[in-house]
Amino acid sequence: MNKTRRLISEYFDKYTVTEIDKYIDLGGFSGLKKALKEGPDFVIDSIQKAELRGRGGAAFPCFKKWTSAKNRPEPVKYVLVNADEGEPGTFKDRDLLAKDPYRIIEGLIIAGYTTGAKEGYIYIREEYDDIRRQMNEAIALAKSRNFLGNNILGTDFSFSIKAYTGAGAYVCGENTALIESMHGNVGRPRVKTPRVGERGLFDKPTMVNNVETYACVAAIMNHGWEAYANQGLNGHKGTKMISLCGNIMRPGVYEVPFGITVKEIIEEIGGGTRDLSLGKFIQSGGASCALIPYTHFDTPYTYDDFKKKGFDIGSGSIVVANGNVRVVDYLSSVSGFFEHESCGKCTPCREGTKRMHEIIDDLCLNRASDQQVNRLFEIADSMMDSSLCGLGQTAPTATLSAFKHFKEEIMESVTK
Amino acid sequence: MEVNKERVEEILEQYDFRQDALVPILMDTQNLCDDHYVEEETQRYIARRLNLTYVDIYEVSSFFSAINKAPKGKYHIQLCDSSVCRINKKDIIEEYLEDVLGIRVGETTADKMFTLEHTPCFGACDISPAIRINKKVYGHLTIQKVKQLLAELRGAKDE
Repeated sequence: MNKTRRLISEYFDKYTVTEIDKYIDLGGFSGLKKALKEGPDFVIDSIQKAELRGRGGAAFPCFKKWTSAKNRPEPVKYVLVNADEGEPGTFKDRDLLAKDPYRIIEGLIIAGYTTGAKEGYIYIREEYDDIRRQMNEAIALAKSRNFLGNNILGTDFSFSIKAYTGAGAYVCGENTALIESMHGNVGRPRVKTPRVGERGLFDKPTMVNNVETYACVAAIMNHGWEAYANQGLNGHKGTKMISLCGNIMRPGVYEVPFGITVKEIIEEIGGGTRDLSLGKFIQSGGASCALIPYTHFDTPYTYDDFKKKGFDIGSGSIVVANGNVRVVDYLSSVSGFFEHESCGKCTPCREGTKRMHEIIDDLCLNRASDQQVNRLFEIADSMMDSSLCGLGQTAPTATLSAFKHFKEEIMESVTK
Repeated sequence: MEVNKERVEEILEQYDFRQDALVPILMDTQNLCDDHYVEEETQRYIARRLNLTYVDIYEVSSFFSAINKAPKGKYHIQLCDSSVCRINKKDIIEEYLEDVLGIRVGETTADKMFTLEHTPCFGACDISPAIRINKKVYGHLTIQKVKQLLAELRGAKDE
């Protein structure tokens, strides 16, 4: 039985960017038409009933964010697509943008209409430069059909979209840093009062969502919230786009129902590991998330089940490691990543990511001492307590989870 | 390299001389450079035209990975060294590249043809291990494939 779903990804590979008519024939822009007919409250009511959560990683209930954006009194506000996908092991936004660009555009127009914004922006990471070009083409075509521009489809709603490029900085996935970089500044996060929802792009209220969130909203408006919710298994609502990779037979982007187990994802969707073993651990959600050992592979893929065990759905990435991967080696690449991507603004993160990486590399060479391991925990504590943004606060998560589940193996690397 | 002022003006005009477009302006200018690097004189020119100081430009260019801090070889090879490519044995590819190019990661060949560098994940994990050469992604790498790729690039040089 095929365990994948095709709702958010239903139009993948069914049209190319020049074929806007095909998108329309498939049912595209019917979500927008429904939204324009039923009004903003209907949109918010639908995403609330669908229990849609933000897909950037924080899983904040969407209807709350969209409601507060709608209620902002300022005459000028913006909606923004965060397509600065940068978590190692994550590439589902790449496919959403490349294989179904009009759905993202449709979701963004719906967001503009719902919240009262007249301008939308898509911030695309530099590494996806081809996708940005294609997106510009799609925006121009959508405009030529009056899905964008003035008085969209004969209503008094007008909306335009601009695509914007990142420049290779992971930290710019953080909303305040993203907006700083769009202002032409260095992309460093700032203190989060005011939040970007109050004062964001060009100092105006800005609602930022992940690529997939907009695709979900367009799908929910198109098919109705029940159709979306019914895709889930065992009472869980909806589906999630995942990026399955690492030591796996069939790596790729898949749409899976919430409620499927990790084991089913690895074995039935991914075809198992390349050495046909069970797999040793996975890292789900991105570099900033916990490792899940094979003993927990029966966990259902849902926000609640994962949260109970300290795991994360996060960005939807699932990196599979088999028995040949030493935990310390894996941690070295994760901590090296954070050292590289720390923006350097606050001390706990700038110094902490560097020192953690050093100690883990000593572990890899079997020359770390007990003292160094204790130091690792102290550094992790201060980083989680006192880093300015999510990058530093969550950078130690993988390491701490590894000590929880693979302590024996890691301690073998400690010199006696 | 130093970029023709008229070409820089074209780019600046395209962005209406907006200070907030500094990042894309620098990236577009860099794309004109064979050595993938906008040298200081041109950076200073951009600063003047945008009513910024050179320090403003330097701060931004030194922060973003996509804006190069030094000239690169004609072919800028970026090897992903994130977790997924490590699991999929990018070390073998790395060793081969270092060996065959005669340089270490971070260096440029004497003939200025190739620069080899590490880069964080660029979202090609489904075809890992992967590299980018002048921003184009190549995946499912094997030594055989890399060998062929380098031969093609070297061949292009002779044309």
